Amino acid sequence: MGRVWSILFFLVPLAAIVTFLLAMFGVGPLKSAWLPESLTATGDLIDRLFNGIHLLAAVILLGTGLTIGFAIWKFDHRRNPNEKALYIHHNTKLEVVWSVIPAIILIVLAIVQMEAWEQNKMDRPTVSMGGVEVPAPPIVMVKAKRFGWEFYYAGKDGRVETADDVYVENLLVLPANEDIVLQLESRDVIHSFFVPELRIKQDIVPGMTQFSWFNSRKICDVEIICTELCGWGHYKMKGLLRLVSRQEFDQWLEEQSAEYLPELKSADSEPITP
Amino acid sequence: MAEVTVGQHRVESVEGNSLTRLLTTYVFATDHKIIGLQFLFSSLIWFFVGGLLALAVRWQLAWPWSDMPIFGSALFADSGGQISPEFYTMLFTMHATIMIFFVVIPVLAGAFGNYLIPLMIGADDMAFPKLNMLSYWFMWPAFGCIILSFFMPGYGASSGWTSYPPLSVFAGDPQTMWILAMLFVGVSSMMGSINYLTTIIQMRAPGMSMFRLPMTIWGMFITAIMQAFALPVLTAALLMQLSDRLIGTGFFLPENIAVDNAVATSGGGQVLLWQHLFWFYSHPAVYIMILPAMGMVSDMIACNSRKPLFGYRPMVYSITAIAGMGFIVWGHHMFVSGMNHVLAMSFMVSTMLIALPSGIKVFNWIGTLWGGRLHLNTAMLFSIGFVSMFVIGGLSGIVMSAPPVDIVIHDTYYIVAHLHYVLFGSSVLGVFGAIYFWYPKMFGKMMNETMGKFHFVLTFIFLNGTFFPMHFLSRMPRRVADPYVYEGVRDLLPLNQFMTVCAMSMGAVQIIFIANFFGSMIFGKKASRNPWNSNTLEWAAPSPPGHGNFDFQPKVFRGPYEYSHPDRESDFFPQTEPRENRPGHPGIKKRIEETEKVTLEAQNPSP
Repeated sequence: MGRVWSILFFLVPLAAIVTFLLAMFGVGPLKSAWLPESLTATGDLIDRLFNGIHLLAAVILLGTGLTIGFAIWKFDHRRNPNEKALYIHHNTKLEVVWSVIPAIILIVLAIVQMEAWEQNKMDRPTVSMGGVEVPAPPIVMVKAKRFGWEFYYAGKDGRVETADDVYVENLLVLPANEDIVLQLESRDVIHSFFVPELRIKQDIVPGMTQFSWFNSRKICDVEIICTELCGWGHYKMKGLLRLVSRQEFDQWLEEQSAEYLPELKSADSEPITP
Repeated sequence: MAEVTVGQHRVESVEGNSLTRLLTTYVFATDHKIIGLQFLFSSLIWFFVGGLLALAVRWQLAWPWSDMPIFGSALFADSGGQISPEFYTMLFTMHATIMIFFVVIPVLAGAFGNYLIPLMIGADDMAFPKLNMLSYWFMWPAFGCIILSFFMPGYGASSGWTSYPPLSVFAGDPQTMWILAMLFVGVSSMMGSINYLTTIIQMRAPGMSMFRLPMTIWGMFITAIMQAFALPVLTAALLMQLSDRLIGTGFFLPENIAVDNAVATSGGGQVLLWQHLFWFYSHPAVYIMILPAMGMVSDMIACNSRKPLFGYRPMVYSITAIAGMGFIVWGHHMFVSGMNHVLAMSFMVSTMLIALPSGIKVFNWIGTLWGGRLHLNTAMLFSIGFVSMFVIGGLSGIVMSAPPVDIVIHDTYYIVAHLHYVLFGSSVLGVFGAIYFWYPKMFGKMMNETMGKFHFVLTFIFLNGTFFPMHFLSRMPRRVADPYVYEGVRDLLPLNQFMTVCAMSMGAVQIIFIANFFGSMIFGKKASRNPWNSNTLEWAAPSPPGHGNFDFQPKVFRGPYEYSHPDRESDFFPQTEPRENRPGHPGIKKRIEETEKVTLEAQNPSP
């Protein structure tokens, strides 16, 4: 029976790693599992970390898992009925080795990941204004609400939260191959703006203003997912993000404002942002 | 429990008629063993409820909006048996709440903490028996609140077990019940932890120094310290949320906030404040939910390997380090919450470092197995299962402790996979192992090993079948009633169906455990004092121990892990056994004589 248990525990790392490889290379039922193709340079950095840490984890899992399986195989008391177990309490050298090596690995891991975080969350793109580098202004203000997305595009003045903003619901059209900055705000509860392909996720907290940025290298349609529970209709809170060329974007925005602005003017130029 | 007058101990429960005796012995008991069993039984019942809720969640994820079997037609007569989205949010909220606050914490600290602490340190009871009784009975108002909330509009709280405001502040009445329940659970845990600390510090048997304590007791001790420090913060936060809901304060509400048609009367609060306060408790709570199990697993592995625990002191230091660092890592739940992004980096570093003591523990467990003489009984298999699953849960923890990676997997099923590997794969397997290991002491009967092994192997396979594929759903958001509205998730439906089938099978397998648990009380073989040839003190007491625990005054002569000592014939050396046959207490003397007689008989078999 000892052999059976040993095989069972051998199977844990083996099965884990086989499925891991299937997912990594997109085979069989795990074809569309794991992460979708990345569209940004920061995303590539995150993917390298994601795959790198998983490979490291796989090695550790294989090592510990096989050792456990082997120990069960070899040290079952029925295989050694007349011998006593080793009488060892500790081994300081070994303790130091298995504390120091992981510590070094973890510190290296901690340092290498800072770059990706900085790009994704801290280094907001800048624009040159009169010779001075200033943070790039948001092109769209995202207002999350139960259960949908409101998008206010900066109008002719290039600023959001002004009277010439263009309002669109649940559809976000943005130019690819450009630094895009979004301003994120909530109307009611906490929401979260997640676009898996762009590797951006930011909780949208009422009472706070957040910014998120990306630069997509591809023209395509992707989904906006709300990833913070916002009530019973959380599952309905889906948006569409269309990444288009600059030309197409300008044209689309023009159409939208032509459609939208006359209406606004007739309503006595009431500011549309809260 | 017939012998209420064991030795020189209390005889309080003899007075009165049989009804009062029944009430004081089994219901409002002050005996730590009965209280431990009360915690055990109530957690097992809630485990069943929480499990059903989980299966309902899995049903919806595999066959969304289809009629729910068995309960569907009764609960949702007007929709023809479908789960409503409101009901789905309630399902995962209550599943988590029940499993965390009514099952894992009470079964570890409440059941095993109560049962084992006095026995393993050689005390006759807890330091404060009445406080101990109160700590159990304070669970009942919490049970009552949660049961009541199931019958209120909305069928229960539905803001997630994390209850982030403003959603939770604007939620319906069941949320108030939820807060009250959590307050009662907190009071119960607080009373328990003070009792455990006092008992472990003050009531150890002569000779039981702190570094002769078994790892189980160290786990309970450190857990009690964590609870004592972290719970006040949760209690304060819960009261603040309660007053935001009921008396119009605005601790967690910013200016001008409106949800649906409800407008907050005040503002000026901070939404993130709740998250900081909540995780300041709930991250240590993660360790509260695993350190006692780690302790028990250490004892089970050492005993069943017949080998001293490898690196006892490093083990003690690493759980202490886990507890200490556990208080400075809470921000890793909030990497994308809008918290300062520089702060995220410091939380990342502390989170990376907490992997270190966890790793040291794993290596020491493997070091204990290595060169042992393994007795692969059910308790041992569950313990090795614990280690094996903890490795997976720990490694995925390292993956998500990297904030850039967390951007992608936060609030997706990857997190669900990780937390279930730690909470189910580790804590619950540890609890199962502990039940098989200490059952003979609790009920005086042995559990059936064959059924136990079937229970283990099937649970182990189906648990991996349920939770391992979740690692690959890193684009499927959690807490979403119908994730298939997203194109990217649609292809994952077959995988989800596979997981649901595994989850249901895992639920069904627990019938073996229930049958074994109750069947063994009646049909089980009678257990001797020390069926596993273990060193620790509880095995020197009768099985089950009477009121007052020991029929002699235990004295401790050595640490708990002296297995396979080269100078000895037998492969264990109980903590109570003196080295030479010194004139000691009659109880010890008698037991030594008995052992010698058995050994002599074995050496010279009579013709």
